Amino acid sequence: MSASSLGEPNAIAIACFIGFVAITLVITYWAARRTRTTGEFFAAGGNVSALQNGFALAGDYMSAASFLGIAGLVAKDGFDGLIYSIGFLVGWPLITFLIAEPLRNLGTFTFVDVVAFRLRQRPVRIAAAISTLAVVTFYLIAQMVGAGNLVHLMFGLDYTLAIIIVGSVMLLYVLFGGMIATTWVQIIKAGLLLLGATLLAIMVLAKFGFNPLTLFARVRDQYGAAQMAPGKMVADPIDAVSLGIALMLGTAGLPHILMRFYTVRDAKTARRSVAYATSLIGWFYLVTFVLGFGAAVLVGKKAIVGVDKGGNMAAPLLAEVLGGTPFLGFISAVAFATILAVVAGLTLSGAAALAHDLWGHVVREGKVREAEQMRVARVATVILAIVAIVLGLLFKGQNVAFMVGLAFAIAASANFPALLMSMTWRKFTTMGAMASMLTGTLTSLVLIVLSPTVWVDLFKNAEPIIKMKNPGIISVPLAFIVGIVVSLAKPERAAVDGFIAAQDRMHLGPR
Amino acid sequence: MPPNELDRLVARRWRVGATLTAVMVIAYFGFILLVAFDKETTGTLIAGDRVSIGIVLGAALIILAPILIAIYVRWANRTYDPAIQALRDKRGKQ
Repeated sequence: MSASSLGEPNAIAIACFIGFVAITLVITYWAARRTRTTGEFFAAGGNVSALQNGFALAGDYMSAASFLGIAGLVAKDGFDGLIYSIGFLVGWPLITFLIAEPLRNLGTFTFVDVVAFRLRQRPVRIAAAISTLAVVTFYLIAQMVGAGNLVHLMFGLDYTLAIIIVGSVMLLYVLFGGMIATTWVQIIKAGLLLLGATLLAIMVLAKFGFNPLTLFARVRDQYGAAQMAPGKMVADPIDAVSLGIALMLGTAGLPHILMRFYTVRDAKTARRSVAYATSLIGWFYLVTFVLGFGAAVLVGKKAIVGVDKGGNMAAPLLAEVLGGTPFLGFISAVAFATILAVVAGLTLSGAAALAHDLWGHVVREGKVREAEQMRVARVATVILAIVAIVLGLLFKGQNVAFMVGLAFAIAASANFPALLMSMTWRKFTTMGAMASMLTGTLTSLVLIVLSPTVWVDLFKNAEPIIKMKNPGIISVPLAFIVGIVVSLAKPERAAVDGFIAAQDRMHLGPR
Repeated sequence: MPPNELDRLVARRWRVGATLTAVMVIAYFGFILLVAFDKETTGTLIAGDRVSIGIVLGAALIILAPILIAIYVRWANRTYDPAIQALRDKRGKQ
């Protein structure tokens, strides 16, 4: 293959990206005039349709990690890469069956509204804000550092400049356009990403007579059958199960995803929107299979790893081979837009934790004036944007891929158990919720720090203190057990009495 | 209205939800355990030696997720929503 123009300024990429930013900023301007109340800022006034929210959920969820990362992983390691993409999808049915509808009926802006509904507000809100901010921060670091590296790799643009561009544009979306602008950014981004990936997959399959089996046969001829068999990633069965738990339950505990259910009118719409989202995301992962294997065959593993050791450039390189520099430009711009949109969603959910959970319910004890809440929300947004930029610069050159795993582990251990128990278990108490959420957050953190990923790879120690790479198999059950034991040890009368009202509203809807 | 009518409906919804959840959990962790413990089977080539069992199962899992959701949405739209609406109407009259 001829030398890649990857990393050189690409006119099409820059034009596509500027076009995306221009359109989304016009939308932000339009949204800003419709964003006056906190209900509009955090929940788009509840006016988002099921299909729109389906796309927005998919947009929030399909990060650059899943587009570039998984396609790269499949290209490099074959079957092992699939294990991740499957893990990222299987949490969605759980959101549908257990969480979306009661969440929509019981809360207003954050999932904490549900956990705290019949419990004492302050302790629960504080514990949940800690876990939310932890998830948001780790996820943000991974996205920001990814953005800097990507833009550097793809456009040859300076890392620092890339971080500042992402941080500033995202700030404009969230600060002025709130949830309305963020939702539209997600919808456009999801549309572009699905379109780009699908076009690319069609071009790959066209080379193989539109028969995926022919593609797989070529993979076998070129790299041997081992490419389609489990490799080193599942060397340890316990670790594999542990990763599975974190991916599955973590999806159902991500604050920026859960927050989206408040943007629709009612529980029925929430339910339909997850159905759309899951179909879109599932479609996307099937497409990434084709992209990954296609890149391995058409670009070649050596060329892919030569550009980036992690394989992240597999999809862009594939685009260049099949569609030349213009298509590379388009795909690169889509990848950049993807990061921008995910970062905006994360920031908004962080701002909700700060302004709604901490300021509104902890500092002001639920008695906060609308104008003040809006002011705090906007200040929180600015602070988070600055934090995101600073962290992005601070972690330059570090391997932060594990931070997405950490974010999922905390979401699975701190948020999911408390959310589920608060909705289904009458005897769940304030102290139980608090203990469960703090245990989930701390255990995930500590176990990951002591694991090979951080203790050996990052801190350069010779031996890890714990061999396991993923904390889920310990931290999730522990969070459940602690929640149950603490709740049973000291019953809370008011919480039990409040369950009937909570159940009414959870199923009949707010009235 | 009888005090336990909503309770019964709610219990039924959790039962349907829990059953479908169990299907997803068993399918997914079954897949993970198969991959982890029986690499040979997972890597076995089928369909004229062109594709491995693991890849076919993986794709099937990805398709299973939206199918399970479609089953739930159908049940909820046809059975659950009307029952909830009937309850709401009853309460509204009282």
